[in-house]
Amino acid sequence: MAAIALNELAKTFPNGHVAIRHLDLRIDDGEFLVLVGPSGCGKSTLLRLIAGLETPTAGRIVIGDVDVTAHSPQRRDLAMVFQSYALYPHMSVRDNLGYGLKVRRTDRAVAAQLVADVAAALDIQALLDRRPAQLSGGQRQRVALGRAIVRQPKAFLLDEPLSNLDPALRAQARAELRRLHRTLGTTVVYVTHDQEEAMTLGGRVAVMRDGAIEQVAPPLDVYARPVNMFVAKFIGAPSMNFVPATLVGIEAPSGALAGIRPHDVTLGAAGQMHATVELVEPRGHDSLLHLRLDSPGAESVLAVIAGAAPPAGAHVFLTLPADRRHLFDGRTGARIA
Amino acid sequence: MGAGARTLAHRSPIVSIRKVALAMAGALLLAALLFPICWMLAASLMPESRLFESRPLLPTAVTFEHYRALFDERDFLVPIRNSLLVSGLTTLVAVPVAALCAYALARLRMRGKGLVLACVLAISMFPQISIVPPLYLILRELRLLNTYPGLVLPYLTFSMPLGVWLLTGFFRQLPKDLEEAAMLDGATRMRALRDVVLPLAAPGIASTAILTFLYCWNEFLFALSFTLGPDRYTVPVAITLFRGRYQVPWGQVLAATVVATIPVALLVLACQRRIVAGLTVGATKG
Amino acid sequence: MNHRTASIERAETRFAWLLVAPALAVILLVSLVPIAVTGWDALHVHDLRLPWLGRPFIGVGNFVEAVNDPRFRAALLHTGAFALISVPLELVLGLGLAVMLHSATRGRAFVRVSALLPWAIPTVVAALLWRFMFDAQTGILAASFRTLGVVGPAFDWFVHPLAAWLPIIAADVWKTTPFVAILLLAGLQTIDPVLGEAAQIDGAGPVRRFFTITLPMLTPALVVAAAFRMLDALRLFDLVYVVTGGGPGSATEPVSLYAFITLMQRLRFGYGAALSMTVFLLTFAFALVWVRVLGRSLTGARS
Repeated sequence: MAAIALNELAKTFPNGHVAIRHLDLRIDDGEFLVLVGPSGCGKSTLLRLIAGLETPTAGRIVIGDVDVTAHSPQRRDLAMVFQSYALYPHMSVRDNLGYGLKVRRTDRAVAAQLVADVAAALDIQALLDRRPAQLSGGQRQRVALGRAIVRQPKAFLLDEPLSNLDPALRAQARAELRRLHRTLGTTVVYVTHDQEEAMTLGGRVAVMRDGAIEQVAPPLDVYARPVNMFVAKFIGAPSMNFVPATLVGIEAPSGALAGIRPHDVTLGAAGQMHATVELVEPRGHDSLLHLRLDSPGAESVLAVIAGAAPPAGAHVFLTLPADRRHLFDGRTGARIA
Repeated sequence: MGAGARTLAHRSPIVSIRKVALAMAGALLLAALLFPICWMLAASLMPESRLFESRPLLPTAVTFEHYRALFDERDFLVPIRNSLLVSGLTTLVAVPVAALCAYALARLRMRGKGLVLACVLAISMFPQISIVPPLYLILRELRLLNTYPGLVLPYLTFSMPLGVWLLTGFFRQLPKDLEEAAMLDGATRMRALRDVVLPLAAPGIASTAILTFLYCWNEFLFALSFTLGPDRYTVPVAITLFRGRYQVPWGQVLAATVVATIPVALLVLACQRRIVAGLTVGATKG
Repeated sequence: MNHRTASIERAETRFAWLLVAPALAVILLVSLVPIAVTGWDALHVHDLRLPWLGRPFIGVGNFVEAVNDPRFRAALLHTGAFALISVPLELVLGLGLAVMLHSATRGRAFVRVSALLPWAIPTVVAALLWRFMFDAQTGILAASFRTLGVVGPAFDWFVHPLAAWLPIIAADVWKTTPFVAILLLAGLQTIDPVLGEAAQIDGAGPVRRFFTITLPMLTPALVVAAAFRMLDALRLFDLVYVVTGGGPGSATEPVSLYAFITLMQRLRFGYGAALSMTVFLLTFAFALVWVRVLGRSLTGARS
């Protein structure tokens, strides 16, 4: 178990593509950190840099107290769960689990015990003699996890491990992951493109864009106080609305935009803004409304209303609670208030 | 709806006519492919005199005379042994060496990779005849003419590039993350190669070995040029040099071709999937 | 910072070269040295029957002689004509066989084995087989042609300069159509069946679907198959040696056979080396052109 520190890390590929630009990050010992961002933002590259599968163009990687920048993946004592699970197809589950131990010349009896313990913890004892091809997706995922756990590494690196699972299984797997982290207490670096996964799993969330970290903070902080428009838009679904600040009646420099989360909007007979309902999507527990503002710009706004919704064509007033306002500079996207 | 059903109903007889026509064309093609081989077999079992009749289509009498003469008088087991040894030895040498090279070219970072592949390709494009004289002189100097190594060495000129070409294709097809997982598990590149890559590449290696063996077995020009006597002739050379006293002893020649074809046919029967895999990996790399 | 990570990369490169070295060494020793010697010889006089001439350097003298050599020019013509006739034939027939293999639901293994056998048989065996079938006295095909009245009763295929090509071409087409079929079959199998279904819904019949969807998507595989076959056709040797020996006279002699005779029978190593170098240069030039065509067709097919 160890903390991971990335100092001024950069990676440019031979074909000229800049994957990581001047990145600093400190992951505490035992922390569960999620790297989240749109595809191409560099999160997987960052994970591979930590693993040693790519070499940085500049910067340092420190695991524990050791500068591992020049260390090969073999020497870093990390475990990685790949998106495809990368189970050895020609080995049994037992041999898959025990491969890392065998390579490190762990005593056979000790290794066998470790494998048995992990198999019991993950409830895969019945699968030990099967081959990966004979397993279901969920079973393979657990074996991949087991292979990582059994080595008792300094940290786990997980590359979108749930994205190949059925949505139904995903929620269950998420809970299992959280439980495992609580039990084992090992540092986890987790990559995903799903912002909902990031919010529910992470002790801290690092939102990435174009090779840099936009914001790293606990999930609720990222949700409640996004540091710029990109983070505000990326986190939370449906994503945040942006309207000129003047429409909401806020004193702000010209060009400033107010951010309104669909869930924060309330409808009433009176309010700050006037709008027409264009489309209602009933979602059972609540409804998603597509509204068009009665303003010079005729912006469209999404709102989520619990319970019954006004019909299409109705005219409504919108209110935005004062404590749920986000103000952004219209030009830079940075947060003003 | 109704119009669709009507056109479908009208379509059925036309569709089946087309299918029958296709099947017949296919059958014709297959027959054309197989007929010469069947004829070769049939003719080898006909007595010599029958062969010279004007319509020797159906064998009336079956005789194994030619086969007997083949092994008794012409000692045909010797060329078979020679071919087996030379092809086998070449395959045993070429495939492992080529596999190591191919793995490096497919997976590892090195400058000049493209240059190496281009060189290998360019060298394999040289017409065989152009290197016969220098090779002949070199082999003569080394006293390797008319020996097994004296054929294996020239055979490496085409079996090495072939092996590298095919195996690079096969290695490229393997998923990368398996080796990466092994490395994170603590295995060195060599260890990962042994534990993870080679078992998975085994089918591809088998395909390469089979194709290499076949190419060696069929090779003619080098065997013709670098062997001097019947004790080292390979099968293709031995058959070609059959001489009768007055005319070509077709009966024995045909029997020899059948015998030469049997190992090949067995290999094809047993390993047709592997062979096809080998041919197509080399081709789709383009 | 950089020099630390550079050491990992250097280690990997060193390991890579270690793996590549044995193969490269063998190829260089066994191929490159003889090729270099041949190149050297091509620029000199080297006649084993006239050793008193020594080995003087004559620059492009051999090449000049080759260009003016009527037998060499005829050989070039033979080789070129053979390639231009047999390769398209093989492509068309191979395509047919591939389509058949692709749509066959049962008996696939049988068809594949039948297709592979002609290709796997040694070339000289195939040559002998076809020589036998066209033989004036014993050949079943010769007899059939006589019976059908296509040729006269005393016709000998191997005595007639043009007719002698038929057994050669037939043997080559017979032997390599399966190879082409397998290459094209691989290409066919990569075509997404969804495209054909969409065209079917749009109302396209099977013939139209074949020409507007299958063929264009098959172009890369066709180009690769054509390239392989062309290169092999330019190096034609085994078949002709056994089927006609280059005869009658030198009417069916391709360049490789002429080079062989020059080298191994006339023992004119210098001149023969020049002949082989010429063949190589032509092959190489052809390959370069083809790579450019291939590159364009691949990018074209992707769009």
